[in-house]
Amino acid sequence: MATKTEMMIDRLYTVNTDAEIPQSRKTLGRLILWAASALVILSFLIEGLFKAGKISFGYENWQPVLYAVMIWCLALGVFLVMTKGESGKKLLFVLPAFLFTVFMVIFPTIFGLYIAFTDWNLSAFEGQHFNGADNLVHMWHDPYFWNALANMIYYTLAIFVEYAIAFGLALLLNAEIKARKFFRVAFLLPFMLSPVAVSWMIGKSLGEYRFGPLATLARHLGWNQPAFFSTPGLARTSIMIMDAWTYIPFMLIMLLAGLQAMPKEVQEAARVDGATGWQAFWKITFPLMLPVSITAVILRVIFKLKLADIIINMTAGGPGGATDSVTSFIFREYRERSNVGYGTMLAFVYLVFIILFVTGLLKIASRWNTSGQD
Amino acid sequence: MTSLTDTIRIADVAEEKDTSAKFYFGRFFVYGALTLWTIICLFPIYWTLSTSFKVAKDVQKGAIVPWVGYMPNWKGWQSLGLSPDTIVRPSTVRDEFFKRFFNSVITSVSASLLAVLIGSLAAYGLSRFAYKIGWMRNKDISFFFLSQLILPPVVLALPFLALYKELALLDSTIGLILLYTLMVLPIVIWIMRDQFGGIPIELEEAALVDGLSIWGAFFRIVLPLAAPGMVAAFILALVLCWNEYFFAALLTSTHATTVPVMVASQTGSQGINWWSMAALSTAAIAPLVVIGVFLEKYIIKGMTAGSVK
Repeated sequence: MATKTEMMIDRLYTVNTDAEIPQSRKTLGRLILWAASALVILSFLIEGLFKAGKISFGYENWQPVLYAVMIWCLALGVFLVMTKGESGKKLLFVLPAFLFTVFMVIFPTIFGLYIAFTDWNLSAFEGQHFNGADNLVHMWHDPYFWNALANMIYYTLAIFVEYAIAFGLALLLNAEIKARKFFRVAFLLPFMLSPVAVSWMIGKSLGEYRFGPLATLARHLGWNQPAFFSTPGLARTSIMIMDAWTYIPFMLIMLLAGLQAMPKEVQEAARVDGATGWQAFWKITFPLMLPVSITAVILRVIFKLKLADIIINMTAGGPGGATDSVTSFIFREYRERSNVGYGTMLAFVYLVFIILFVTGLLKIASRWNTSGQD
Repeated sequence: MTSLTDTIRIADVAEEKDTSAKFYFGRFFVYGALTLWTIICLFPIYWTLSTSFKVAKDVQKGAIVPWVGYMPNWKGWQSLGLSPDTIVRPSTVRDEFFKRFFNSVITSVSASLLAVLIGSLAAYGLSRFAYKIGWMRNKDISFFFLSQLILPPVVLALPFLALYKELALLDSTIGLILLYTLMVLPIVIWIMRDQFGGIPIELEEAALVDGLSIWGAFFRIVLPLAAPGMVAAFILALVLCWNEYFFAALLTSTHATTVPVMVASQTGSQGINWWSMAALSTAAIAPLVVIGVFLEKYIIKGMTAGSVK
């Protein structure tokens, strides 16, 4: 009980004047909120009835409803300040971001759930119909979706290699070197480039079969047919390498910050005790870096699960779906077949997988973190 | 006695020699690896830039060094209307490019500003006051914001397509700005929470005692102190918005398309018009390379916020 009340106390103490708010002010605040709510309901009704053909006046799109909702949000802020005083003013800090996220995520998600259970196809003449679990059944028998999910596992596993490289580079940058700033900027640059440009710069230009420098280099090294996107395995590896190229800097910077925050005395103590560099790394540096490493890897996994741009622009999922990520597959499902209903269902199934996977990952990570501190 | 000290001295010298050989080998290895990775990072950028100055036969030769392997010329930039001789003449390609470019600038700058504005307010509130919205307390509200990070864009993309159509926001810059704000908001809140957590509360308490309101204390005391963090959050958001392709490809068609969409459509359609593709790619990545070189400090600050305690 004590902890519960403690939790409700602000860290920044303020004088509470809520009791002094006159009743008339509270009533006015309520009136404003009621008026705004009425406005939203009214605009919604007019628009809905107009679209349904029941009344003859209305607007050609739903934008007025959007404005009404925005006015309602403002009214909510005014209402909070007028009725709750100081604590209302405190709520105003978090309210804009909160309302924005709720409106931008919750409503589309609810709407998306509805779409997911329809056979909506943009190229079909009749509108959408509720079709129950048909999309789920279709998904169950769709080898390309499961193939894309399997690809995501490969792509995610590639993070371990990226992590090893990033850690190695972070160690190098943390060593006593000259021109550290130059190297840091150079190493950061790939992260700044748009994946679309990268897929042209590396995939289509550097890796061009006949005269790209990468192909030429491969020929010099004894590989006669350096076609980087010909076989499924090769194509997948090439996508992984391009994605790694853009995102290694991300992990590298986080790991470098972790290394720099580590107290120097620990390393020195290990050296005094006669540990070799290898031992010092595995017994001291690596365990101390575990929390930072876990944060970096989890963030990287989250970004990896959204992987699509490079695939859409480089291989469009080919050859034979070998490089498809779930996102790029759904993108084409919509772009090429206009299957909005089915695509949305796939996206929601993917979301469920992601939530389960990331929650599991966080659980494991927190267990590791606590056991590491013992 | 003397022989013993001599032996020790000799042993010492030998060991020193050994370590110095090892030292130089280590240096060699460190700088070798650093140089190799620098080449891996910079060569694709250099290749793209240099290809924009090549003609077909130079590209096919695989020439790398200008003036030795090939003679640079403005062909790529001519096709984009940005070479010295074409820059004064009217060019439809250049107009098209600048239209996309300004779309990108407006979209990413507005989205980043909006995200930093509402994200900073929320992060400040969460770091100073105890809230209760419905059943949600501070921890739940923070989690609610940060959990948006794992939401894959595909989940929202198709519902937004349908919703925006009804709201007449399809192919509009405003629609894109709203989505991008949503996309970077969790990252901004993550960075700013870390930033406000590092500012001592006593400063605001003193301001409150001096008669400022909580909002006054926020604007006059806290905001100036948190400015570097806000810049870091803004720059990182800017980079992410500038590079975004997925939503832009789905939700825009003619008016609001951004630079990545233009680059992507060119790669698909033109086949092998190397020099103009290279010029376009160079122009598309140039702003970010400049930001990366000059504002590297802020990007690193943004990326490492909250990861190191």
